[in-house]
Amino acid sequence: MAEQQQHADNSGAYLIRGASILGGAAEDLLIRDGVIAARGRQLDADVAGVRGATVIDAAGLVALPGMVDIHTHLREPGREDAETVETGTRAAALGGYTAVHAMANSTPVADTAGVVEQVLTLGRTAGWVDVRPVGAVTVGLAGEQLAELGAMADSRAHVRVFSDDGICVHDPVLMRRALEYVKAFDGVVAQHAQEPRLTAGAQMNEGEVSAVLGLAGWPAVAEESIIARDVLLAQHVGSRLHVCHVSTAGSVEIIRWAKSRGVNVTAEVTPHHLWLTDELARSYDPVYKVNPPLRTDADVQALRAALADGTIDVVGTDHAPHPSEHKECEWAQAAMGMTGLETALSVVQHTMIESGLMGWEDFARVTSTAPAAIGRVQDQGRPLEAGEPANVTLVDPAARWTVDPSKMATMGRNSPFAGRELPGKVVATFFKGHPTVLDGKLNTPYRWPADAVDAGPAGRRP
Amino acid sequence: MRHLLSTQDLSLHDAIRILDTAEEMAAVGEREVKKLPALRGRTVVNLFFEDSTRTRISFEAAAKRLSADVINFAAKGSSVSKGESLKDTAQTLAAMGADAVVIRHWASGAPHRLAATDWIDAAVINAGDGTHEHPTQALLDAFTMRRHWSKLAGTPSAGADLKGMRVAIAGDVLHSRVARSNVWLLRTLGAEVTLVAPPTLLPIGVEKWPCAVSFDLDETLAQGVDAMMMLRVQGERMNASFFPTTREYSRRWGFDDNRLRALDSLGLKDTIIMHPGPMNRGLEISAAAADSPRSTVLAQVRNGVSIRMAALYLLLSGENREPAPAPVPASVSASAAHAANPNLTHSHQESH
Repeated sequence: MAEQQQHADNSGAYLIRGASILGGAAEDLLIRDGVIAARGRQLDADVAGVRGATVIDAAGLVALPGMVDIHTHLREPGREDAETVETGTRAAALGGYTAVHAMANSTPVADTAGVVEQVLTLGRTAGWVDVRPVGAVTVGLAGEQLAELGAMADSRAHVRVFSDDGICVHDPVLMRRALEYVKAFDGVVAQHAQEPRLTAGAQMNEGEVSAVLGLAGWPAVAEESIIARDVLLAQHVGSRLHVCHVSTAGSVEIIRWAKSRGVNVTAEVTPHHLWLTDELARSYDPVYKVNPPLRTDADVQALRAALADGTIDVVGTDHAPHPSEHKECEWAQAAMGMTGLETALSVVQHTMIESGLMGWEDFARVTSTAPAAIGRVQDQGRPLEAGEPANVTLVDPAARWTVDPSKMATMGRNSPFAGRELPGKVVATFFKGHPTVLDGKLNTPYRWPADAVDAGPAGRRP
Repeated sequence: MRHLLSTQDLSLHDAIRILDTAEEMAAVGEREVKKLPALRGRTVVNLFFEDSTRTRISFEAAAKRLSADVINFAAKGSSVSKGESLKDTAQTLAAMGADAVVIRHWASGAPHRLAATDWIDAAVINAGDGTHEHPTQALLDAFTMRRHWSKLAGTPSAGADLKGMRVAIAGDVLHSRVARSNVWLLRTLGAEVTLVAPPTLLPIGVEKWPCAVSFDLDETLAQGVDAMMMLRVQGERMNASFFPTTREYSRRWGFDDNRLRALDSLGLKDTIIMHPGPMNRGLEISAAAADSPRSTVLAQVRNGVSIRMAALYLLLSGENREPAPAPVPASVSASAAHAANPNLTHSHQESH
């Protein structure tokens, strides 16, 4: 308890000794009062604050800007049996994250200022990472009427990302209006690209494997046709579009074409789509059931190349925890989704860095800088320089560990990587200068000032 | 063989063994006392999540002829309709001591889940899962074809495969578990398969299957067919634009009276007409075709009991349960069945 008290005021200075900054040369980082107070080789004892700082020997470790997830399902409010903001953000901190975007498909849906402020408050009360609520595009995710996007943008949650994720905004007029409207407050529409009529009852990628398994197919064209329409709409109205969880080689081609024409589009790929294929569905084990579905190896290779060349901007986990009874059943009955927060770093290291496609600097771009920019998240995705906010992740790239979902902080046990040996382990995570993770274990949460936590009456501000 | 889940992974050896054992079992069905004591004291559960009286009573008759205790568990009006999960249902059956579970389920892969999880330890027989597989249907179809093919060749069925036999399967391949199981099993047995269907009712990826694909039934018939299998087509598919009208479907892909006559004019006097039932007379098959001497519809039903007896027998008292006998060539596996269980000895003289 005494230690709790000590950490509760976020005090304490930390001297990170000899970390490889973004995979480069080894340097020291002094973290104090929520910022990186100093950076340099062998910081002297006469640098203010070095004396008395807790020393972390970071030889062999890589220092990265705290990771920012553009796509997380925290399930609260409504499905606290699947995940809570507390458990989901513990998982995020352990996975190296200092910010997550909480998707809007909660119960009630995050389609009002009241709900997004509630999620913001839950996130600050938990204190493990910055929780950035995503607002729904349409009321109740029903795809019929715009939600009060402006009210959510102006709320204490400062919503900038709007998404009906889980459901596609398929009505072209509604999508056009949403794209136009969010320009008023520099927002972005994050689209779950899935043509609903082409995917009615869809269970898995439509192709060779679905033909044999007799599972209803989810054709690539259902994703690609929506992306093609949306990039043209974004160009027409001059707005900002983000494409969630791109899963096919064809989608990559369309986004590459759009970017070459100057369309303001960003795209995301999940860790699982960078590695796993629809061959895994042959087991009929619903742990491999996800939306969009696992595709073919040709798609996996195209997604990796696109992430490496910048066509795809960010890695988003689409962390989607489910209670066990929603996975311990028939494939067609099972819920779609996989956990991802605690495996994302390792999976990206395996698929992108160890394959030689990317370095740690690129890793920092796709997991921190770019997602923070898309979400307009202040104080995140910043350079590791003196004076910058101290959101820092330390990674041991040489570590190897075997995934055991029962030992994870997320309540979800639905990891498709269970039993696999993965490279890379988060050793420490600093959020606003406070270590939420130390020695690879949860430490204590950051404590927000009381006035930052208390939501007050929903939607009412000075 | 621990389970019978699909024909895709069924080896030639196991396929022939099931067919040959079914020949032995068929002989039992022709006796006055249609019963063997082979599975006395064993419990077989028919777990049906989808209505199918035909398949259920076929399995029930098969288990009873082998003296097993049979429990029928239909999802409707049971704990399942009150929301019980497959896992809980399976664990309940395990706690009651089921030795084999015959499962029919609307969800593709449900039998695989039962077999792959630790929910239940019993042998699992797939009695049709979603649009995936229906292995005992394909086995009974192959059994029916093999008897016909061997009779034409003047050779015994036992030990034989289907090399050289030309089989056409026409209808809603996309939604058909019967078609899938037949394609894999007929490939294994050496037959040449052609699928005939409107392009809308063929799955994306069918080009990788070990068979030919045709959109033209008349052309397929003209090239010569030894067995013509018609698949059931649901009229409601019309509402999802798989085809314009049932009449257009019948004209292009149904086995109507004109095509029945065409068999004669093409000189295909030995071609049989098969259907897994239940038939939509007037849609995918005309009444004249269904009732013609070429039709094997009722023989298929009869053979179904023999095939299911063989499957239950091999899974519950075959080599899995006994010290493993020396491997035997497929051609003599019928006698291996006798070695495994002397109760079958009587039937030997009466077979064929």
